Amino acid sequence: MPEVLEAPLVVEFPFTRSLGPVQSAFLTGLRERVVLGVRTGDGRILVPPVEYDPVTAEEIRDLVEVAPTGTVTTWAWNHAPRRGQPLDTPFAWALVRLDGADTALLHALDAPGPDAVRTGMRVRVRWAGERTGAVTDIACFEPYDGDPAQPSGHTGDFENPVTGIVAPARLDYTYSPGRAQTDYLHALSDRRMVGERCPSCRKVYVPPRGACPTCGVATSEQVDVGPRGTVTTFCIVNIKARNLDIEVPYVYAHIALDGADLALHGRIGGIPYDQVRMGLRVEPVWTEGARHPDHYRPTGEPDADYETYKELL
Amino acid sequence: MTREIAVVAFARTDHRRGADELSEVEMLMPVLHEVLDRTGLKTADIGFTCSGSCDYLAGRAFSFTLALDGVGAWPPISESHVEMDGAWALYEAWTKLLAGDADTALVYSYGKSTPGSVRDVLTRQLDPYYVAPLWPDSVALAALQAQALIDAGDTDEPALAAVAARSRGSRADAAPQGDYVVRPLRTGDCPPVVDGAAAVVLAAGDRARELCERPAWIRGIDHRIEAHALGVRDLTDSPSTRLAAERAGAFRRPVDTAELHAPFSSQEVVLRKALRLDDGVRVNPSGGALAANPVMAAGLVRIGEAAAGIHRGRSDRALAHATSGPCLQQNLVAVLEGDPR
Repeated sequence: MPEVLEAPLVVEFPFTRSLGPVQSAFLTGLRERVVLGVRTGDGRILVPPVEYDPVTAEEIRDLVEVAPTGTVTTWAWNHAPRRGQPLDTPFAWALVRLDGADTALLHALDAPGPDAVRTGMRVRVRWAGERTGAVTDIACFEPYDGDPAQPSGHTGDFENPVTGIVAPARLDYTYSPGRAQTDYLHALSDRRMVGERCPSCRKVYVPPRGACPTCGVATSEQVDVGPRGTVTTFCIVNIKARNLDIEVPYVYAHIALDGADLALHGRIGGIPYDQVRMGLRVEPVWTEGARHPDHYRPTGEPDADYETYKELL
Repeated sequence: MTREIAVVAFARTDHRRGADELSEVEMLMPVLHEVLDRTGLKTADIGFTCSGSCDYLAGRAFSFTLALDGVGAWPPISESHVEMDGAWALYEAWTKLLAGDADTALVYSYGKSTPGSVRDVLTRQLDPYYVAPLWPDSVALAALQAQALIDAGDTDEPALAAVAARSRGSRADAAPQGDYVVRPLRTGDCPPVVDGAAAVVLAAGDRARELCERPAWIRGIDHRIEAHALGVRDLTDSPSTRLAAERAGAFRRPVDTAELHAPFSSQEVVLRKALRLDDGVRVNPSGGALAANPVMAAGLVRIGEAAAGIHRGRSDRALAHATSGPCLQQNLVAVLEGDPR
């Protein structure tokens, strides 16, 4: 069995999120070095503040300033910080109940080592130098042995409140296509198209995914298909895709390779776009260094009879 | 009309450390075949199919639609999917059978955690405004919970090591706990990262008796959730687990076995307390999630293992628990019973 293929895959996306009134006030407050909580119906102060009471689901809007000093309620020593975390040197994760609050906020605590951290220790906010209205405006917490800071009684009204955040996210994977697609991709590098036959219904799938979607059984018998095939249906693309160096309009088609029971898709070239038609006979055009055919072009054969491909539409 | 519904068959992968050479459907298919073979049913005989999985794990969009290739979903079947552990897919299938819409259901779930970094992937399920921007990984959050338990006097590091050793079938003094991952949790307190899949077949009433010699009847099942802000919760307790257990009828009579979905050793301490399990209850004879934690399948595995104990006559009344989210945020409890022997 040939070596299983793998490749790095990065999934990266910036989420743009709008804020409710309480979240907006809290994050704007951080920008202005003010920490706000919200008062629940039974008088508790929640920090970080939420828009709805976690017990009664009642809408809550009564903002209360709390101190930037507080007490660690639990902690965990992180000796190997990971990408995106608040500090890149070893630190403690901590839940901190700020003075004046009844609940705790999660953040990093900068301390020299685990022996310097304990539940009940006093800490204060270390503000980030550049603040934008995000939870990362708190750079981290740091040990503090002074008196509780006195909040100024801010009401939560700010000039230019932030109304949204952009939260970038990136996840790294090692992608492996699995057994069937690995075999398919290996064959492509020899410019061969290889499908797999279902042992039950005898249909040949290309590209193969390792299972027959009709019968729910594994496919394994390899079958050479193509290289010629028939256009079963197509569309004309009129909008240029970003990062794609293909002049529009062009034709994108479903192509049933000879011997296959499932159409794959590809671009049609070597013929004006308005002359492509169902039943057109095509063959792949390979380019140096590419694993997949660059496009398919007419073979010059007479068009295929509709009856021969109608089941593959 | 109340219908009796039972788990009549269960199958799982051997939870290999990595199924690199297999796609998700290639990994899942043998499990589906095994669970159907146990009942003699074919896909076409199944009234309802429900699955659980998460695209973020392997970074594959709409992977559950590709996984359906392994079921054989043509001509079109009655089918649904939850972006949750398969235990919640089982809950949906149970309601479908209760409503009389079907007599049999196939429930499966799978997860490939090894292509990505599951500790980081799981940060994406957190509060996107206040928590996710800090990227607190799943071990860090569990470690905060473990420290809270230690501070409260509920456990200590040797007790956690004993939970880990028992789960992995080794002696506490012989099993190395390893170094701290995030203190106070060591390698041994954390679940191994594996790929895996699980499947069960549910059936109602007489159909269940036809398909299985000793069906595992679902006497009750319920799921509950904690407030999402970690700082609002008492991390040393799990009121949502207790409430779900109460609603599922777990406290009406003692159980002989409990399959608990505790991915971290410290979470077993929380669950034992919440469920008031005494030393007479066999906890996780399967090894639990510390032995193998295929994310998205490990909860369904707990229900399957509890049911398999009843099928084999090793258990008469069992509790199965599944969890999801950080620090046991969401909890599902099912109570299973065999007919009297």
